[in-house]
Amino acid sequence: MSMMKNFMGWLDDRYPMTKVWNEHLAQYYAPKNFNFWYFMGSLAMLVLVIQILTGVWLAMSYKPDAELAFGSVEYIMRDVDWGWLIRYMHSTGASAFFVVIYLHMFRGLMYGSHRKPRELLWIIGVIIYLAMMATAFFGYLLPWGQMSYWGAQVIVNLFSAVPVIGPDLGVWVRGDYVISDATLNRFFALHFLLPFVLAALVFIHIVALHKVGSNNPDGIEIKKGPKGNKWDANAPADGIPFHPYYSVKDIAGVAGFLFLFAAVVFFAPEMGGYFIEHPNFEPANPLKTPEHIAPVWYFTPFYAILRAVPSIAGSAFPGVVAMFASILIMFFLPWLDRSPAKSIRYKGMLYKTMLWLFVIDFIVLGFLGTQPTTDLYKLMAQIGTFYYFAFFLLMPIYSKMDKTKPVPERVTE
Amino acid sequence: MKKLIVVILLAAAPMLGLAAGGGAHLDDADIDLGDQASLQRGAKYFMNYCLSCHSAKFQRYNRMAKDLGLTKEEVINNLMFTTDKIGDTMNIAMTADKATEWFGSPPPDLSVISRARGVDWIYTYLRSFYLDAERPFGVNNIVFPDVGMPHVLWDLQGAQKAVFKNEKDSAGNDIQVFDHFEPVTPGTLSPEAYDQVARDLTAFLSYIGEPIQMERRRLGVWVLLFIAVFFVFAYLLKKEYWKDVH
Repeated sequence: MSMMKNFMGWLDDRYPMTKVWNEHLAQYYAPKNFNFWYFMGSLAMLVLVIQILTGVWLAMSYKPDAELAFGSVEYIMRDVDWGWLIRYMHSTGASAFFVVIYLHMFRGLMYGSHRKPRELLWIIGVIIYLAMMATAFFGYLLPWGQMSYWGAQVIVNLFSAVPVIGPDLGVWVRGDYVISDATLNRFFALHFLLPFVLAALVFIHIVALHKVGSNNPDGIEIKKGPKGNKWDANAPADGIPFHPYYSVKDIAGVAGFLFLFAAVVFFAPEMGGYFIEHPNFEPANPLKTPEHIAPVWYFTPFYAILRAVPSIAGSAFPGVVAMFASILIMFFLPWLDRSPAKSIRYKGMLYKTMLWLFVIDFIVLGFLGTQPTTDLYKLMAQIGTFYYFAFFLLMPIYSKMDKTKPVPERVTE
Repeated sequence: MKKLIVVILLAAAPMLGLAAGGGAHLDDADIDLGDQASLQRGAKYFMNYCLSCHSAKFQRYNRMAKDLGLTKEEVINNLMFTTDKIGDTMNIAMTADKATEWFGSPPPDLSVISRARGVDWIYTYLRSFYLDAERPFGVNNIVFPDVGMPHVLWDLQGAQKAVFKNEKDSAGNDIQVFDHFEPVTPGTLSPEAYDQVARDLTAFLSYIGEPIQMERRRLGVWVLLFIAVFFVFAYLLKKEYWKDVH
C-alpha cells in the first residue's frame, strides 16, 4: 500500500493524476436523480470505443480498392478468424451509435439540457453529431456494394446541385466524374481519420459538461441549491460523486445495452435490411442503377426532407438547402426555448404536445425516407418537413405561451 | 417514462415489416440449415447444375467440407469439377467476355446471392420458369422477367406454362397479372420432389451466403446468457452502492 502511495506521490508531482481523477470522477458531483435517459452519454462513448477498435482491426484486412474492396469484406467474413464478429460489431455499432445519440439528443430536448448555461455544451454536441454523420457516410461506401455506391452517388450529387460551383465541387469531392476508385480511397482515409476527431470532440464535450455540471430530469441547477452533502461540505446537497455511484450504475446500463447489441450482432445482423441493406450484397456496378436507392435508416429523416422540397427550375438545390438547414437549425435550439421551466416535467401541455409530435414526425420522416416516392408519401413528407421546421422556428412563441408548473427547489426522487 | 419508450418502439415496429420490397408473390422457402443431408444434396445440385456458369468465388471447398460434414476425399471425388485443390474457392472457367457473348451479361457470382435476394426469392425463382417463345432460350421467369438464363433444371421439373389473367391497374389500363402455372410436359421428378430440389439448392445458397451463420446463432445464446448473468451482478452491485444515497 505504501509503495502505491509513494508511486502516486511521485506521479502527482509530475502529472495531475489524482487531481484529474477527483475533478472528473471521484469528486465530480452529479445530480442524484438521473434516470434511464442518462445512460446514453456513457453508452455513446462505449460505442465509439467499439467502433474504433473493431474499425482498426477491420482496416488490417480491408482493401480500399474498387476491384478488391467487396471481396475483402467477404474475406473478412469468411477467412479472417473472428472477422465476421468484428465486422458485425462494426456494422451494428454504426446503427447503435445513432440509436444511442438520437436518444441522448432527445433527452436534451426533454429536460432542457441545451438551456443556459449549457448552450456551448449543446453546440459541441451538434458538432459531434455532424462529425458522426460524416464518418458514417464515408464508411458506408467502403463495402463497395450497390447501395454503398449509389447512395454515395446520390449524396455527392447534392453538392453538384449548388449553383455555379456545384459541378466542380462534385468532382473535387469525388476526385473523378463518378464515384470511383479515387473516391473509395479518399473516403477510406477520411473514415479512418474522423473517429479520432470525434474522440477529441467528445473530450471537449466532457470538459464543457464538467465545467457547467450535469443537468437532470427536473432541470434544476443543483449548484444553485443548498450546499453540503455527506462527502463534501461545499458540494451541492443534491449531488453525489460520479464515482462510484454513477460508474457502478453505468456498468449495469452497459450490460443492458450489450444484451440488446449482442442480440442484433448474433441473431439479426442485417436487422431486416435496415442495418445492412440487401442490395449491398451485390458488388458496386456503375452501369446498373438500383430500382430504389435509400440511405441507411439514420439518414432517412433528412433524406425525406431533401425529397420533399420541390425543385426550382430543375435544380434540386432548394431541397439540399432544406436538408442542411434541418440539421444546422439544431445549433440555435438553446436560444429558441423561452419557457421559464427547463424540464418537460414542469412544462405545459403545449410544449409536451409539440415535442411528442416532433418525435412522431421524425419517425414518420425516417420511414418516408426509406420508401419510393408516391404522391401520398410526398405530401406526407412535405407536411412532415413543414412541422419539423415549425417545431424549431415557432418554439420562441409556443414555449412562452405555454403554462408551466412551479419548479421545485430541490430535485425529486 | 417507460410507457413512452414502449410507445416509441411500437410506433417504429410497423416500419420493420415494410423493409422487404414489393414485386411478385414469393413462396416460403422453409429451409432448415440444421438438416445436413439437405445441404449436402444442395451442394451436389449446385456443383452439377450451377457451377459451370455461376461462380461462388468467396466460398472454399474445404470450408464447405467441414461445415457440411463431408470428408475431403468425398468432396474431391464427387463435388470438385473445376479445380483439384481443396483449398480453392469455387471458380469457373467461363470468362466474363464469353459469358456476355453467350448470355448478354455475365451470370452473377452466387456467393452472397441469398443475402442480396433473400431465400424465398431464390426458392420461388427456381420454380417459376415458364415457356415463352419470345425469349432466346424459350423460357421466361415470373420473379425475374426477361431473365437471361435458360431453365437449367428443366429435365427435373419439366416444362410449364404461365396463365395470366386480365386486370386493370390503378390508372385503368389493362394489365396481365400472373395467376398460376399449368404443366405442359412432365419432368423426371414429381412436383413435390422438384420443390425439394429447389429447397435443397436454396438451403445451400443460404449456407454459402454466410457460412458462419449456424455457429453465430449457437454462440449468440451463450453470449446473451453471459451478459444476462453479468447484468444481475452489475445490478446488485449498483443496489449495494446506492444504499446510502437518499
